[in-house]
Amino acid sequence: MSILVFVEIAEGKIKKTSIEAVAYATAMGGEVTALAMGDIDQSELAALGNYGATKVIHAGDSRLNDGVILAYANVITAAMKTSGANTLVLANSSLGGSVSAHVSIKMNASLVSNVVALPETSGDFKVKRSIYTGKAFATVVLNKANKILAIKKNAVEIKETGGTASVESFEADLSDHDFLTKITGVQKATGDVLLPEAEIVVSGGRGLKGPENWGIIEDLAKALGAATGCSKPVSDMDWRPHHEHVGQTGVKVSPSLYIAVGISGAIQHLAGVNSSKYIVVINKDEEAPFFKAADYGIVGDAFEVLPKLTEAIKAANQ
Amino acid sequence: MKILVCITHVPDTTSKIAFTDGDTKFDTTGVQYIIGPYDDYALARAVELKEQTEGSITVLNVGTAETEPTIRKALAIGADDAIRVNAEPTDSLFVAQQIANAVKKEGFDLILMGRESLDFNGGMVHGMVGELLGIPSVSPVMTLDMDGFTAKMTRETEGGKESIELDLPFVAGCQEPIAEWKIPNMRGIMSARSKPLNVIEPTGNDQGATLEKYELPAAKGAVKMVSADNVQELVDLLKNEAKIL
Repeated sequence: MSILVFVEIAEGKIKKTSIEAVAYATAMGGEVTALAMGDIDQSELAALGNYGATKVIHAGDSRLNDGVILAYANVITAAMKTSGANTLVLANSSLGGSVSAHVSIKMNASLVSNVVALPETSGDFKVKRSIYTGKAFATVVLNKANKILAIKKNAVEIKETGGTASVESFEADLSDHDFLTKITGVQKATGDVLLPEAEIVVSGGRGLKGPENWGIIEDLAKALGAATGCSKPVSDMDWRPHHEHVGQTGVKVSPSLYIAVGISGAIQHLAGVNSSKYIVVINKDEEAPFFKAADYGIVGDAFEVLPKLTEAIKAANQ
Repeated sequence: MKILVCITHVPDTTSKIAFTDGDTKFDTTGVQYIIGPYDDYALARAVELKEQTEGSITVLNVGTAETEPTIRKALAIGADDAIRVNAEPTDSLFVAQQIANAVKKEGFDLILMGRESLDFNGGMVHGMVGELLGIPSVSPVMTLDMDGFTAKMTRETEGGKESIELDLPFVAGCQEPIAEWKIPNMRGIMSARSKPLNVIEPTGNDQGATLEKYELPAAKGAVKMVSADNVQELVDLLKNEAKIL
């Protein structure tokens, strides 16, 4: 089996979710070729060998520095045909979702998104995916010979293989039609750590009483190297920006650790955090439903508990 | 401008998720159905765009007769007419093909839908419809303004957002804060009863993937409570038990 993995680049580095996609493809077995687009250092690409890729193909056309969906879909399709890959693996990201949908039509492939485990291939090709915003799973059979798997974050453990990969440049025929979508600007989210990809998230809710009190959330997040999030009421009241809203209709996170402060735990909020590995809940109300979904809980006043916790973590880090 | 808004008919966000028939069917007992929340944002923005420019809004749903109250609600919110493709929406590819067929027949300038459905969260249909029609797709779209035939949009990415310019026609998968949800008023509800709701039969039955079974996540173990006066214990648990710090 020959597998192509589409890897995304951010700030000159391969994104961690894309490295997970390479690790996933390697764990499936077979020959793994990675495809990267736009400007990036050759050494970054060669390093994908350490996660199991034997070859990296690089479409270095500078028009591909922007994530233009149609152009990306065409390059991926051309790369699948050239490399003879019948399976495409990629991260289920903001860009990857749309790109994979276009490729699935071009390649007449079965596409499954939000994949959370390796496929079963003994009989039919089956894979498990998350549904109902992480409240359930579905095992589906992929009907077509060509297959695309868009992998959810943290679905697979990254293993270093110590291998190396050769890097080849790749050119696909691209037309003006592929660049109809013009990206005219990019605005970076505020905060040092990006919420959708964070390993640790500290979120605040209405229990914080007002936007002026967010310093204690930010201090704890800083001590942990965490991203900050919030509940829907908090973003609805404009205490915090919309892109921090964690929940069913906001950002879905899958960090190793999620710390919820002053959030009661409405079902819509839980849906956005239920694939976190560990959940800590800090709430004044011992009846808060969030405690039922938590691994560790503290009943107490956030304004007293948080500064103490931040100090204890700083001390532990030293 | 002719706008098509594709809507899903999904369990309310507070629904308890359970399965029946040997974990092969969703348990609908006591479940309230709504317009998919992301689709509802798309519809709200379509209504605003229609107020600003001359145009019409058609809503489309792939579903069986039981989705009609949901479609009528979309008509009450401000769509002019509706199409129901009479089939179970079992697969993204199948649904995308039904939408693309309707667009080819009727001709639309702008095709809006939610970034994903609230039940299966596939997030694929907008991209598939775009490719089937040979036009661009954009998702997840946070703002959308029209300037003649050119749309100015912002798209959310993991690292922030992008500003995008794109000429009609195209497909967009929408999310907040593109518009505020609209609550139908009495006049809208009355007029929705007489607006056209055309039922058409599906074309083809190409399915990309077939469901084998559903499952619920393993139950969470009991929460370990730590005293507010002893936060060090929490730090020790995170370090030694969870092995995170």
